[in-house]
Amino acid sequence: MLREMNIELSFDKEQAMIIKSAREFCGKKSPIASVREMVETDDGFETDSWDEMADLGWMGAAIPEEFGGFELGMGSVVPIAESMGRFMLSTPFFSTTLAGQAILRAGTLDQKKTWLPKIADGTIGTLALLDNADWGSDAIGCTATEKGGKLILNGVKWYVADAGVSEFFILSVNYKSAPALVIVNRGQLSGDAFKRHILIDETKRAFKMDFSGVAVEKSELLDPEASPAALRDLKLIGALLTAAEATGSAAAALDIIIDYLKNRMQFGKLIGSYQGLKHPTVEVLNQMEAARSHIYHAATIVGDQPLDVDMEIACRMAKAQATEALLFAGDRAVQFHGGMGFTYECDAQLYIRRAQWAQQQFGDAYHHRKRLAPLLLD
Amino acid sequence: MKDDNKKMEAFREEVFAWMKENKPSDPGFLLPQTFMEVGTEEQLDFLRKWQRKVYDAGYLGLAWPKEFGGHGLSPIYQQIADQEMALHRVPILFNVIGLGWAGPLILKNGTEDEKKKYLKGILNGDDIWCQGFSEPDHGSDLGNAQTTAVRDGDTYVINGTKIWTTFGNYSRYMILLARTNPEAKRKYDGLSFFLAPMDVPGVTANPIQKITGEYGFTETFFDNARIPTSCLMGEEGQGWTIAMQTLMFERSAEGGQASSYFMERVTMDDLIKSARTMTRDGRPLLEDPIVRDNLVQFLIEEKALALGVGRADIPALCSDYPLSLPLSGKLRATEFFRRMRQYAICLQGAKGGLYVGDDDAIEGGFWQRAYFNSFSATIGGGTSQIQANIIGEHVLGLPKG
Ligand SMILES: Cc1cc2nc3c(=O)[nH]c(=O)nc-3n(C[C@H](O)[C@H](O)[C@H](O)COP(=O)(O)OP(=O)(O)OC[C@H]3O[C@@H](n4cnc5c(N)ncnc54)[C@H](O)[C@@H]3O)c2cc1C
Repeated sequence: MLREMNIELSFDKEQAMIIKSAREFCGKKSPIASVREMVETDDGFETDSWDEMADLGWMGAAIPEEFGGFELGMGSVVPIAESMGRFMLSTPFFSTTLAGQAILRAGTLDQKKTWLPKIADGTIGTLALLDNADWGSDAIGCTATEKGGKLILNGVKWYVADAGVSEFFILSVNYKSAPALVIVNRGQLSGDAFKRHILIDETKRAFKMDFSGVAVEKSELLDPEASPAALRDLKLIGALLTAAEATGSAAAALDIIIDYLKNRMQFGKLIGSYQGLKHPTVEVLNQMEAARSHIYHAATIVGDQPLDVDMEIACRMAKAQATEALLFAGDRAVQFHGGMGFTYECDAQLYIRRAQWAQQQFGDAYHHRKRLAPLLLD
Repeated sequence: MKDDNKKMEAFREEVFAWMKENKPSDPGFLLPQTFMEVGTEEQLDFLRKWQRKVYDAGYLGLAWPKEFGGHGLSPIYQQIADQEMALHRVPILFNVIGLGWAGPLILKNGTEDEKKKYLKGILNGDDIWCQGFSEPDHGSDLGNAQTTAVRDGDTYVINGTKIWTTFGNYSRYMILLARTNPEAKRKYDGLSFFLAPMDVPGVTANPIQKITGEYGFTETFFDNARIPTSCLMGEEGQGWTIAMQTLMFERSAEGGQASSYFMERVTMDDLIKSARTMTRDGRPLLEDPIVRDNLVQFLIEEKALALGVGRADIPALCSDYPLSLPLSGKLRATEFFRRMRQYAICLQGAKGGLYVGDDDAIEGGFWQRAYFNSFSATIGGGTSQIQANIIGEHVLGLPKG
């Protein structure tokens, strides 16, 4: 029996306000000139903007009220992420939101009480999930072993986003032969632990991190019962947020394509009048719109509970579609700018770089389609 | 609100039960999946009776005003009825040019007299309608249509040739685009729009054999055909504007249709079910990783289309390009259907080469025929390339070619 297609899509006034204010804020804070300025900085963002985002309540959007958040759920986080992508505003919003999700989904009551209000206030945290460059492997190479009443960590993590500014890290480890999550405070790490990746997307910051030899209290372990499911869900929610950001960036790439097509003349005509350019641009639009439909649907159904099959399908489809949409948009943005498109100065490079980065984060389109196949076909 | 919901649910249950009870059994001949596929008298007769039955049961024209044969309800009720028809896979409602395009046009732009005269017959199926827009030399360039309408006393004299006229040989009325002023400065300004009777001397409709081998649309000749001046809709010179309004209904960019159950729904479910019976390389086809990936891609696309329909009703989720979803619906849906049916044949292996009529053809050649017929929607109603031009120019604001 095939699954009935879930096509729920709803939206309330609160979310409409968030979309509006997110667009206004990101638009104001992140004109392209400042995106380029941020590329040159160590951290890739401005602390002032971050504090303002905390004041707007964005980091607390997906945190329940009892822990100091606004309890708005993914329905609000997704449009915020989309707006950030729309204006290429890179901040530790994604890392911190995901770290919050880890604690919300698998933390002990003490951990929730300690960390969630801090996150809502703007304390930066991040996830360290990836043991090597393979998103598809579930094996966890990092280990935690008990010694003298403490946990001794061993191993390296890849792509730890915003590690340079994070106050805490949530690490996936192999503990007693089972996947577990453990919190590491920044103070426990030496400078040697951090090695900044040179990322293809220069607006992003991520590090290769060596946690070997770090000793943490056992109380830093998240609830072992809840951790395996949370780990799986974090990857799906990470995929969804990356999809939302990518969808916004695809719309931004479309903007610069349209702008050039409406202004550049060749053979005495605006180049946008040539169907060789016009029709693929319409395809960029249609792919972007399909991605939007998928991310809003996922935002509608994903809640705080462990993800069910419909939600898993929604996140994976969103990531697969948004990844393809942005790859196509960035690629055409370069081509349709001609020689100008080949320059560093042309903004098309920002989007084609974002596309390559977003494609890999939390698994590329093929990774997700491969996992959708058994859910949809068997 | 709660009351409304209860009423709607009750209505849905009622329609569900009726469709279950009244779904016709297999007539023993191929039933068309879309109205453009009707090609024989027996098909027409069957579909006409079916539409009448649905209308009499109260499941057609629910949102049209009572005084013109409708039920004066919210469009939600028609949507519910349409969903139930699709679910039960009952035969389609065939009088589409009336129900879907001419009807809403008359409701929106027509005079009281026109509404009284035409709407009821559209709903009960007594009056079949056709559309006389395309001409042999002017299809996509519809604004250049050359069929003439010359006023002579209280008649217009029509001369010229229309083509690809679906139902041309069965229709009582035609929505006709003809040139009343060949001297107009802009080609568009010389056109006028008529609600024209087909049973007047001088009109001949010759059926044309289609790609599927069946007969369907006609070439329609007007040889000094006289129609009353009262057939003119609006005023002389407004033809182009009215034709464009008609196309908004035809492309589902605007609502108001008596129903939208004009097409049997063929979904990925059907394709996957079919694929389950097939093998490749001696193994079940659905174990092939490339086939699996292709099918998942189609499923992602199918779901995006379904989601887009709901999203179009939520303005906050349609920022940036608010016209994008309504204006691109036809292009995206029809191209998806075409590619999906083409892929279905590719999966069939050697049997992909069999056609309707061969006992060994998979599902009687359903997919082969469906693939061919899918072009009716990527060509008719404005080709996909023309749709891409429209979206590029009207949604994205790109310069005209
Ligand atoms: C099954 C079916 C039923 C139909 N029913 C009706 C009906 O009931 N009434 C009616 O009036 N018409 C009907 N049509 C006609 C239909 O609307 C026309 O076929 C269509 O508008 C294309 O016109 P054409 O056939 O003259 O092709 P052309 O306009 O000659 O097009 C040929 C090719 O050139 C492309 N092309 C043309 N202009 C451009 C451009 N500016 N940019 C890019 N590409 C371009 C087209 O996309 C197409 O691929 C029907 C067609 C079909 C297939």
